[in-house]
Amino acid sequence: MRYSGFRVLTEGLSGNKGWRPVWRDPAPKPDYDIVIIGGGGHGLSTAYYLAKNHGLTNIAVLEKGYLGGGNVGRNTTIVRANYFLPGNQEFYSHSLKLWEGLESELNYNVMHSQRGLINLFHSDGQRDAFARRGNAMVGQGDDAELLDREGVRRHLPYLDFEQTRFPIYGGLLHRRGGSARHDAVAWGYARGADGRGVDLIQNCEVTGIDITGGRVTGVQTTRGAIRAKKVGIIVAGRSGQVAAMAGMRLPVESHILQAFVTEGLKPVIDHVVSFGMGHFYISQSDKGGLVFGGDLDFYASYAARGNLPMVEHVMEAGMTLMPMIGKAKVLRSWGGIMDMTPDGSPVIDKTPVEGLYIDCGWNYGGFKAVPASGWCMAHLMATGESHAYAGRFRLDRFATGHLLDEEGTGSQHNLH
Amino acid sequence: MRLTCPLCGSRDRREFTYYGDAVYASRPGPDAPPEAWDAYLHLRDNPAGETRDLWYHEMGCSAWIEVTRDTVTHAVGATRLIAERGGGRASGAGSPAKKKAPSKPRGGRA
Ligand SMILES: Cc1cc2nc3c(=O)[nH]c(=O)nc-3n(C[C@H](O)[C@H](O)[C@H](O)COP(=O)(O)OP(=O)(O)OC[C@H]3O[C@@H](n4cnc5c(N)ncnc54)[C@H](O)[C@@H]3O)c2cc1C
Ligand SMILES: [Zn+2]
Repeated sequence: MRYSGFRVLTEGLSGNKGWRPVWRDPAPKPDYDIVIIGGGGHGLSTAYYLAKNHGLTNIAVLEKGYLGGGNVGRNTTIVRANYFLPGNQEFYSHSLKLWEGLESELNYNVMHSQRGLINLFHSDGQRDAFARRGNAMVGQGDDAELLDREGVRRHLPYLDFEQTRFPIYGGLLHRRGGSARHDAVAWGYARGADGRGVDLIQNCEVTGIDITGGRVTGVQTTRGAIRAKKVGIIVAGRSGQVAAMAGMRLPVESHILQAFVTEGLKPVIDHVVSFGMGHFYISQSDKGGLVFGGDLDFYASYAARGNLPMVEHVMEAGMTLMPMIGKAKVLRSWGGIMDMTPDGSPVIDKTPVEGLYIDCGWNYGGFKAVPASGWCMAHLMATGESHAYAGRFRLDRFATGHLLDEEGTGSQHNLH
Repeated sequence: MRLTCPLCGSRDRREFTYYGDAVYASRPGPDAPPEAWDAYLHLRDNPAGETRDLWYHEMGCSAWIEVTRDTVTHAVGATRLIAERGGGRASGAGSPAKKKAPSKPRGGRA
């Protein structure tokens, strides 16, 4: 079923009785060419591009809960291409280009809104670092503009320019940065994959990975054994546990990141604003809620809910930056399980087990990566070769010292 | 969340700095092979359930503490001083107590 304005009109005039479920609910078959473990953004986009770009459709996506119930439906939806290091740059640049065509590609409204992202800076040294980052972004072919204090004031007049703790020196404006509707991205890819013949199997937890003679042969699940020639592990915060089923120890520690949303307000914040020094960032959803967050709680956790000190810290940082939000009432807060790597960059690679692939380590930046990750993981699983844009996302880079430490914070899982 | 410092008693989590998995207290010896360093620095069991990790009582007595904790419920169990932990550490091991706790300003962005 294709969506269009005409369709909405005719359905509206005929009592909206013609809408159908957007994907099938198939029972698992005993065998597939490819099994994807994990029905989050990355698993679904991988399945979609395997079908679309490589013509492979005998595929199952196995999801232990419901599609989009993981981090893809819990994040704060920032989409940007403002990376600095070669290896990250070309990947996120490609991802943003895919975002820019995603709605017509999927025939699905993912509400991608390029409202502009402003990263604030508060010292001369930070200005230099952002100028350098901006030049790298422009060199990559993306956009960046360095704003001085008055430039920031023109865009964000409501900031507290008088506060002395972190005086606002300026900001780096990335006009093509913005946000999107998170679950719509999962649903759009799910619908696209299902329409091309991929089986999306929910309530199906993978409990074991079958390996014979160094080669993967299938998986054990709560809905029975399923044979497969190739298997992709794409389970974000649960990567360590699923990889352990194949005898692997990953360079990943799972941490908790919290986020918050207020009651709906009239439009007040037009951009995505990032206040790195205060560990705070914010945007306003199309429904009107202020969506904001900060840093990790800093300790390893699978709880999907955080502790109060970080709640207080985030609120304080928000009040320091923009006191006008002080009267908004917080509606909800929640947490997600983040697969943190020691250098803050992801992995899209083969594993030592033949036919077993892994896509993990997205830290807290994997939403924007959903299109390109699926694109590159599909390429890897279909051809056996890394895609050029993901060639440095290697699993062995920690052992060999080829780290991709975008923030230069060093080899510790909670420092990125 | 509250942690029990063996020297100071039960204290607010905010007095402590998290360092990472307790594997950090078992630094390989200088002659250890690269694989041992990779395992020490990067690879983690990352359990959902009971774990042991290192915390620094930064705003208290400055002790390094090994905390047994549940990563799913956040329940805190036994704690002990790293200094009294003994054993399990390769020869020539450096003490994490000599390291400064991480205090670098960090970017809140997602
Ligand atoms: C609060 C918060 C804010 C964030 N903000 C941003 C942001 O602004 N911008 C950005 O780019 N990124 C952001 N992120 C990060 C981003 O959400 C994640 O990096 C990304 O969603 C992870 O990939 P995924 O979508 O595939 O994960 P998930 O949606 O978590 O998918 C993994 C799936 O695997 C399933 N699974 C796990 N184990 C098994 C098993 N054994 N068998 C079967 N299925 C299994 C899970 O149920 C889950 O559905 C944020 C994250 C959080 C929590
Ligand atoms: Zn103490």
